[in-house]
Amino acid sequence: MDLRVRALESVLTQKGYIDPAALDALIDTYQTRIGPRNGARVVARAWVDPNFHDWLMADATAAIASLGYTGRQGEHMVAVQNTNDEHHMVVCTLCSCYPWPVLGLPPTWYKSAPYRSRAVKDPRGVLADFGTALPETTRIRVWDSTAEVRYLVIPQRPAGTEGWSEDELATLVSRDSMIGTRLADAPAAARSAA
Amino acid sequence: MSYVTHADLGGQPGFGPVTPEPEGELFHAGWEPRALALTLAMGATGSWNIDASRAMRETLPNYRDLSYYQIWLEALEQLMLQRGQILPDEIASGEMRHPAAPVARVLQAGNVPAVLAKGSPTERTAPGPARFAVGEAVRMHIGKVDHHTRLPGYVQGKRGTIEHVHGAHVFADANAQGLGEQPQWLYTVVFEEAELWGDAAPRQNLSVSVDAWESYLEPAA
Repeated sequence: MDLRVRALESVLTQKGYIDPAALDALIDTYQTRIGPRNGARVVARAWVDPNFHDWLMADATAAIASLGYTGRQGEHMVAVQNTNDEHHMVVCTLCSCYPWPVLGLPPTWYKSAPYRSRAVKDPRGVLADFGTALPETTRIRVWDSTAEVRYLVIPQRPAGTEGWSEDELATLVSRDSMIGTRLADAPAAARSAA
Repeated sequence: MSYVTHADLGGQPGFGPVTPEPEGELFHAGWEPRALALTLAMGATGSWNIDASRAMRETLPNYRDLSYYQIWLEALEQLMLQRGQILPDEIASGEMRHPAAPVARVLQAGNVPAVLAKGSPTERTAPGPARFAVGEAVRMHIGKVDHHTRLPGYVQGKRGTIEHVHGAHVFADANAQGLGEQPQWLYTVVFEEAELWGDAAPRQNLSVSVDAWESYLEPAA
């Protein structure tokens, strides 16, 4: 594959279709600037700022844009919020649609046949693969991203984080918790004791 | 019927468990980031739209044997071959052997942040009033179509409820075929688990929604 990709890049460059420096810039962007830490900042803000929270639930695209996260594969955003009664999980059964501006590139499992086939039929089985167990009374809502709307799950704020700053809270928000296959991390024992 | 998609996986059995992976693991081989970037950079030339690229990917005969970036690379080559932008001997040799077919624009490094930040919004002026309202019962179209579609098999013929009206969006089925954007109202339609999977399936306390264009829907009794 290495040779094949290098050959293609070389031909496309010679033909003037691409600027190789743009490839470097694209890769750097998704390795260092656009990733799940963006989404974690959105979630943490929603946890501490009720006005932002309400804006996010009413117009996620605008609220998220106010933090600087816009564009490709996040043009039309919807935020869905976990509660004790409802747990949200996002999938794209048809390909790999994913909210890039807030979560970056999708993980391999999100694009894989096991996740795409089972998320809509056996989400509790999928959650178990992630070590996540939810009460039977919690309704699971799976969002199949079949058009250009992209979904961001707002996990529940963990107990024992009263008084935490936004930056501290963001460290508890994993990528998987914003797809809905995990919960937000519990505060480490040391932190909560402090 | 000649259009066959290999990507419509929702509800299909036999694929085994999901394997989680750490958050920092973006790529699993050195060529993967280059394949990603080549795909994005060529997409930015405007030679095809995203629906056409999805159509190319999902119809690759060996789709299910390929990793996701292999699918992207294979589809990229096919899209360019189809348009005469590259020829097989060039793919094989890695050398330009035929004149270039001009592209509308070339993504320059300095423009990458702006192009990504802008994206490609799909909302358009509505062609008319929306046919359905929130809370209305609808039944999904059933039957194979001979082109790319975003109506998954597992909801076809099923009865659901309109949960949200998203405005009018570029219609993927038409756009993928090069028939123009033909915007339609887009809805979130939610289904109960028994409707999708039958009464015999183990209960999950589950509902599933899809986003569906208006022509996928008809009123349900």
